[in-house]
Amino acid sequence: MRNIWTICRRELYAYFVSPIAWVLLAIFAVLSGYFTFLISSEFVRAGFESQLQGQSFPMNLNEQVIAPLFSNAAVISLFLIPLISMRLFAEEKRQGTIELLVTSPVHEAEIIIGKWLSAVLMFCALLAVLAIDYSFLFFYGKPDWKPVATGFLGMVLQAGCLLALGTFISTLTKNQIVAGAVGFALALLLYILNWTTSFGNSDTVQFLNYVSIVSHLDSFTRGVIDTKDILYYCSMIFLGLFLTSRSLESLRWRA
Amino acid sequence: MIQVEGLSKRYARHVAVNNISFSVEKGDIVGFLGPNGAGKTTTMRILTCFLPPTEGKATVAGFDVFEQPFDVKKHIGYLPEAPPLYPEMSVRDYLAFVANIKNVPNGEVNRRTDEVMERCAVADVRDKLISKLSKGYRQRVGLAQAIIHNPDVLILDEPTSGLDPKQIIETRELIKGLAGEHTIILSTHILPEVEAVCRNVIIINKGKVVATDSVERLRNRTGGGTLQVQVETAGIADAETVHKRLEQVPGVSKVLDRPGPATRFVFEVDSLPGQNARADVARAIVHSGWDLVELRSMTQSLEEVFLELVGSTPATEAVPATAVAEGVAQ
Repeated sequence: MRNIWTICRRELYAYFVSPIAWVLLAIFAVLSGYFTFLISSEFVRAGFESQLQGQSFPMNLNEQVIAPLFSNAAVISLFLIPLISMRLFAEEKRQGTIELLVTSPVHEAEIIIGKWLSAVLMFCALLAVLAIDYSFLFFYGKPDWKPVATGFLGMVLQAGCLLALGTFISTLTKNQIVAGAVGFALALLLYILNWTTSFGNSDTVQFLNYVSIVSHLDSFTRGVIDTKDILYYCSMIFLGLFLTSRSLESLRWRA
Repeated sequence: MIQVEGLSKRYARHVAVNNISFSVEKGDIVGFLGPNGAGKTTTMRILTCFLPPTEGKATVAGFDVFEQPFDVKKHIGYLPEAPPLYPEMSVRDYLAFVANIKNVPNGEVNRRTDEVMERCAVADVRDKLISKLSKGYRQRVGLAQAIIHNPDVLILDEPTSGLDPKQIIETRELIKGLAGEHTIILSTHILPEVEAVCRNVIIINKGKVVATDSVERLRNRTGGGTLQVQVETAGIADAETVHKRLEQVPGVSKVLDRPGPATRFVFEVDSLPGQNARADVARAIVHSGWDLVELRSMTQSLEEVFLELVGSTPATEAVPATAVAEGVAQ
């Protein structure tokens, strides 16, 4: 446990003393702020319109602002997550510091979990920016807090999956750019797999829909925690970290 | 402390290490010598459990590198060829991090960090970022990193490569100072380094051990007991006379004339096996009323022994031992 925390802390330090953390935070703040502004103004305009016409549409802050914001934030993070995970092992391999880690009395699992955990915490820092955006909605309105909480949980789990897969990809190369590009391609692929639903409802399509990463986030943003989704996320995280450990092991045999 | 038996490492296309065996005693300081590409780094990586061997057995501090890597890792400090440093960290933070992953008890991390910084003379840059350090400092931080958990065995891969002469001498002194409490194995392709630092030497070439011996014995392997004598007679005697006188000295087997400056006679005097005629030669010359200008023993340098062993052409002329001790030729 101590080793996991030691490694995690060093990785977080590396994120925050380098420009990576700050650039990611800035990008996320600008984009999520823009979406928050856009979606909430639309909500306000719709509210005025319904008053002017004398009819009252059902207005719901959770469904009309918070849920779409989560989906948008998920898309933004799709771009940012590979940038978080790409350095985890590629940098160590290029610097030669991997030799230090691997020849230290630390279990491989501790290295992997420590690094992955630091990436997840880095992503949580991005979510803190989103939480600031939401705080305005709580300040001016009365949204239900429970779907917000589950939405955040879903976001963290989804990032956990993509970061675990990104960690694995990072072990395959010394080159961070390659790790980032491949990570992004994989994230995008997992994201668009459920577009096949328009082809009908065969078993293959259902399978692809299940594997696709977004289809599991929707229920979280609506305030529903489904064991099926939790299971999906946990197994994807496990798969990513397991592949990482296999890859590290094979590195020793190949090197 | 280190036992290696029949160790091999094969890759798809070439054999990096081919059936090598050696052992290192506790407290010893051993030079692992060989030309570039001889398999030094591969062997060290196997000893540090970074690479698994294809064949053979290696134990470090009593633990098998393949069966009990975790126990081996607890007992070794390793400085790879390129020191494994995180450029974005300060020296102090970096060493504290290493202390933590090397299982130094929590309460002792700060004390150990301060200690090794003093010891490796990097205390004056403790708060500097590693990326700002010069090569010499980086190497020393790398060394500090290797000894921070007080390991039984230190494995140093070319610890002085890329340093300037002053830094090389400092680093060697540092390594010598570590011997005794640690068992040290250091690789190098620089001969004077082995002579300056090590007690024993393992010479490796093309993946095979070609010699294992003490530095002293290896140096005396051939050409021991040859003396170079320079005599001035100020006209009392000619070269012939001096030559004959030297041949009569007990323990001398052969005397050869060598070209020298006009007023001097230069000879090479071989002793009989197992004897050293040095004192007798000096006495004979002085008693004859001549001036003994120079008398030095011409042991073969380790460099030549090395070249001979690895199968290249040795240097033409034997170099006096004094020149070797000064540490020349990088």
